[in-house]
Amino acid sequence: MTDILRVEDLKKSYDGFVAVNGVSFSVAKGELKALIGPNGAGKSTCFNMLTGQLRPTKGDVWFDGEKITGRKPREIWRKGVGRTFQITGTYQSMTVIENVQMALMSHHHKLFSFGPRAWKLYREEAFEFLDTVDLADQADRPCSVLAYGDLKRLELAIALTHRPRLLLMDEPTAGMAPTARVALMQLVADIVRDQGVSVLFTEHDMDVVFAHAHHIMVLNRGELIADGDANAVRNNPRVQEVYLGGGTLFKEAADA
Amino acid sequence: MAFLFAQFLTGLANASSLFLVASGLSLIFGVTRIVNFAHGSFYMLGAFVGVTLMEILPGAVGFWGAILLTGLIVGLFGAIVEMVVLRPIYRAPELFQLVATFGVILVIQDLALMIWGAEDRMGPRAPGLRGVWRIFDEPVPKYDIVIIAITPFILFALWYLITRTRVGILVRAATQDREMVGALGVNQAWLFTGVFALGSALAGWGGALQLPKGGADLLMDFNIIGSVFVVVVIGGMGSLPGAFIAAVLISVLNVLGVTYLPQSTLVLMFVVMAVVLIIRPYGLLGREEVAGEHGQVGAPEAPIRPYGPVGRSLVAALLLVLAVVPFFADRFLMTLLIDMIVFALFAASLHFILGTGGLVSFGHAAFFGGGAYAAALLVFHTGTPMELAFLFAPLAAGLLALGIGWFCIRLTGVYFAMLTLAFSQLVWSLAFQWRSVTRGDDGLVNIWPAPWLNGPVPYYYFTLILGVGGILFLRHVIHSPFGYALRAGRDSPRQAEAMGIDVKRVQYVAFALAGVMAGLAGGIFVFSKGSVFPTELEIGASFDALIVVFLGGVKTLAGGVVGAGFMTVVEDWLTRLEYWRLLLGLVIIAVVIIAPEGIVGSLQTLWRRIRNTGDEEIAR
Amino acid sequence: MTLTRRTMMAAATALALVPAAAMAQETIKIGEINHYKRMAAFAEPYKKGIELALKEINADGGVLGKPMEFIFRDDQGDPAEAVKIAEELMTRDGAVMLTGSILSNVGLALSSFAAEKGYLYLAAEPLADSLVWQSGNPNTFRLRASTWIQAAMLAEEAAKTDAVKYATIAPNYAYGQDAVAAFKANLTRLKPDVEFVAEQWPALFKIDAGAEVQAIERAKPDAIFNVTFGTDLAKFVREGGDRGLFDGREVYGLLTGEPEYLEPLGDEAPEGWYVTGYPWYAFEDGTPEKAFVDAYTAETGETPKIGSLVGYLAAVSIAAAIDKAGSTDTPALIAAFEDLEIPDTPIGPLSYRSIDNQSTMGAYVGTLALEDGKGVMVDWSYKGPDGYMPSDDDIKAMRPAE
Repeated sequence: MTDILRVEDLKKSYDGFVAVNGVSFSVAKGELKALIGPNGAGKSTCFNMLTGQLRPTKGDVWFDGEKITGRKPREIWRKGVGRTFQITGTYQSMTVIENVQMALMSHHHKLFSFGPRAWKLYREEAFEFLDTVDLADQADRPCSVLAYGDLKRLELAIALTHRPRLLLMDEPTAGMAPTARVALMQLVADIVRDQGVSVLFTEHDMDVVFAHAHHIMVLNRGELIADGDANAVRNNPRVQEVYLGGGTLFKEAADA
Repeated sequence: MAFLFAQFLTGLANASSLFLVASGLSLIFGVTRIVNFAHGSFYMLGAFVGVTLMEILPGAVGFWGAILLTGLIVGLFGAIVEMVVLRPIYRAPELFQLVATFGVILVIQDLALMIWGAEDRMGPRAPGLRGVWRIFDEPVPKYDIVIIAITPFILFALWYLITRTRVGILVRAATQDREMVGALGVNQAWLFTGVFALGSALAGWGGALQLPKGGADLLMDFNIIGSVFVVVVIGGMGSLPGAFIAAVLISVLNVLGVTYLPQSTLVLMFVVMAVVLIIRPYGLLGREEVAGEHGQVGAPEAPIRPYGPVGRSLVAALLLVLAVVPFFADRFLMTLLIDMIVFALFAASLHFILGTGGLVSFGHAAFFGGGAYAAALLVFHTGTPMELAFLFAPLAAGLLALGIGWFCIRLTGVYFAMLTLAFSQLVWSLAFQWRSVTRGDDGLVNIWPAPWLNGPVPYYYFTLILGVGGILFLRHVIHSPFGYALRAGRDSPRQAEAMGIDVKRVQYVAFALAGVMAGLAGGIFVFSKGSVFPTELEIGASFDALIVVFLGGVKTLAGGVVGAGFMTVVEDWLTRLEYWRLLLGLVIIAVVIIAPEGIVGSLQTLWRRIRNTGDEEIAR
Repeated sequence: MTLTRRTMMAAATALALVPAAAMAQETIKIGEINHYKRMAAFAEPYKKGIELALKEINADGGVLGKPMEFIFRDDQGDPAEAVKIAEELMTRDGAVMLTGSILSNVGLALSSFAAEKGYLYLAAEPLADSLVWQSGNPNTFRLRASTWIQAAMLAEEAAKTDAVKYATIAPNYAYGQDAVAAFKANLTRLKPDVEFVAEQWPALFKIDAGAEVQAIERAKPDAIFNVTFGTDLAKFVREGGDRGLFDGREVYGLLTGEPEYLEPLGDEAPEGWYVTGYPWYAFEDGTPEKAFVDAYTAETGETPKIGSLVGYLAAVSIAAAIDKAGSTDTPALIAAFEDLEIPDTPIGPLSYRSIDNQSTMGAYVGTLALEDGKGVMVDWSYKGPDGYMPSDDDIKAMRPAE
């Protein structure tokens, strides 16, 4: 298996505070990989460096063999990296389907088009994406009235519009009900399987992580302390130390 | 050397009042996020109240007592203004409150005229401080030395209040994060009132303290507000030490400018502001504004749709009526409608970047006036035929917008607004001072349309077609992919960037397009009036457009046009009356309080409530 | 609900489809446009002067047998707004001609508008030279002595002294720049060896007086030409007095002696300045000047300003022109204004020159002194514009072909 994403010695520091310290890892094609760690471990910082929201202090990021360190988010997106955020950033003044249409307009290079009515463009296509994430029935509601879990799914639909080869999902199930979490992650797993997309995600819910991730990485205080399959991570003494008290969760997940 | 030192002292003395007023504005903005245009009015009130008190209270004790008392009175007045006018509208969209403060300006202007009369008041001398001391043989007024000595104490007192007291901690917390203060169980309403009162009091003290160097007059509100904003922005909005440094910087540079570059008096401080903002986008000591810190107040905007059959019929009917106006109306009605359409197009162009793009420009008149001047200059100097010169108006305005936008677009929020203001002042000063080309404020006259258009009826149709065409075109663009991309960049710049949208580039193009449309309005304007003067480039012209956009409703598509129509009619009617400024101010305040979503926005809400269709209505 | 109703009423008023002027004309209406709010200190006495004249004219039977009436409108000091109001006054309100404005730019806008639409405009207050010269047109007449004339009077006095090094200070806009240019041109013509060592240009009403005084002092001039007025003047006088700028120097002040600007200075009025102004307190009994001052004071309870006189003369001029024309047709009125002669006004005979449509109103010049804690002009005299004007050929060359 070749790597779709390779990260080497990534570091980010702010005024002496080191948020991410020399992290190296890779994501293989077709892999569903989780990045976990306690609050403040540097997961979101790490993600933001991968997709260009933050510029690394040091280190490099390769996407499909091409160095993308320090490129702008929109350039990285164009290369085929999708992204969802921990705090959703959908367009509040648009309907659900228009949010997807917006992404499709960008995908089809129609941003500087002044002629057509935007809400007529790519509607069918957008509808299919909404169908994928089970939001078709809410297509014409204003985005501002959606439930939180629905917003998360909408973000996923948006991220899928330009057929990314790698999808980075920051806390995709945060704030969702347990059943919805399982459903969403099952959906992601299906997408990985059916479309050959690679996914890297961060997650607090260990049930979700251990049930779906092929490989798991653990980040603590900016440093990567484990990288392997579920069993290897579960038995890693440093991980257990970090997750002291969370051990039961691990066991339950293992039993499940 | 002695001369330079004396100049430095003059600068420091000037900085004193400026710092007081600016620190008040900065505090108010820092905590309440209100851009308080009425701050200059509190300064003016301070001067008038100070003069009155000094006439009553005798001697040195009376003088300094009067100053102290003035601050308290103006502070109390500020508290009342905050409670009556601003408190009801904190949940309104970002910067909406500035419209209300504009109403307050008008009310205070007429009240001051009623109470103190039209004549300028010379400020009383500070007892015992007439005349000069000689420092290195240079004469320095005694009073200058005294206020230079006082200012550090005021700075220290403010610093102590903000950093060492519980109130100060709350104020700072509110400056960092408003929600948190609410969460701490502090009564936010009273904190805001208190800060507003303190800020007003500082302005009042500024007005009273400058009395021995000047006086009180009815123009001083507008005359200081420009410099105060410049100081606050250079220092960094919300930063007291920044305001102090900037006040000193600006005042000292002004003194040097007067001596070594006497013609620079009009623009120097705006040049300094532009340079500072280009190098340090958040001022000397300001901090970056967190995205969404401002824009997310109030209900989110409803999704947009082109008009349905009913809306289309209404617009068509309106256009039909406008089209047949010349058959039954008199000449003046056509003139009034031309004014209205021109203003509506100008406002619509501002609304396009402000409402759809989220870019609050304080300098949009640069493009309106710029377009008007471009056409007028061609006609005046080269005798270019009107048809050709007219085309040059939108073109030149668009180019100007490309130039100004290149610097401004990289900034956000209030800093963007202030940089556009600075550039529009530069354009204004160019028109004002470059007399060999622009004739200064003698303006360019005899700019009339070509013969085939020169008459009320032909020019009316000319205006109707181009003006309404421009407005409809802007509406069309809002519904196009470009308009959606612009809105996406406003709603969530991060998300937009993460889906391949070059937000800054989209905004840049939108800014230029808005410039073109404002220039078009300017072109129609100049040939309808036959003349153009620097007044069309003034800050006031920019604010007129800003106010109608907010009054009409930022979050609605028709807001700019409806606001412009409303304002033109109300103004035309009210200015016939004696105390029209008072009435206009009250009308503005009333509209702001009754319709915090703007006229169109609040009508929509009302309509929705009548039809009881819940919150999923789609905006027209 | 009140607001809504008011708004509806406003709309109804503005959009009224029947022009109010269509009704029978019982009075002869003059459209008066001014900045009543923005420049209240100047506009109010001006308006009272007009009202006094109207009262006298109508008591005398009005003009053409009808009462004369002024419609006063506020333009907010905005030229575009003034043009709009002018249109309404002429086309809807039935005004027969236009007058008004203090600001030169509004005056120029109205002048251009009048010429284009074929109306008559009497610019009473605006001082800009270009109003009757470079931008002059047949439809515009001007009452007050222009910047050039008043500056020339001061230059004549300055040329009599030994001073050779001059500093100027003037607000940074067209009026200030015109005034300095006129003073320089006239002084240099009269005394070619003068030298201008400093030119200061404070922004209007935003003077940094301390700095300006320091800058002038640094240039060590023999004499100073001042064009600042209003609050700028007050601050300049105060700082300059404190810092000794005026000690041993001649100062020439344009308009400084006008009550509008002199009275607010109180006991700090700068003694010894040679100024143009209006010494209403010094007229002798029995003169028409004194009669006007008495009538005005009796009518309004206030002492007159120069604006009072200008407003009064404007109304008197208009009445005389209408009487002479015998009708209110614009062409007849324009013809009447050309070479119009009014024998008995508060400043004596007044006429309008046909060469440039400028009236022969002159200016009072004199020296400032302090009396009873107030600034007054002493050793004053009234000077007509003759001798201070450019030559007729020069004027013809300046005026656009008619």
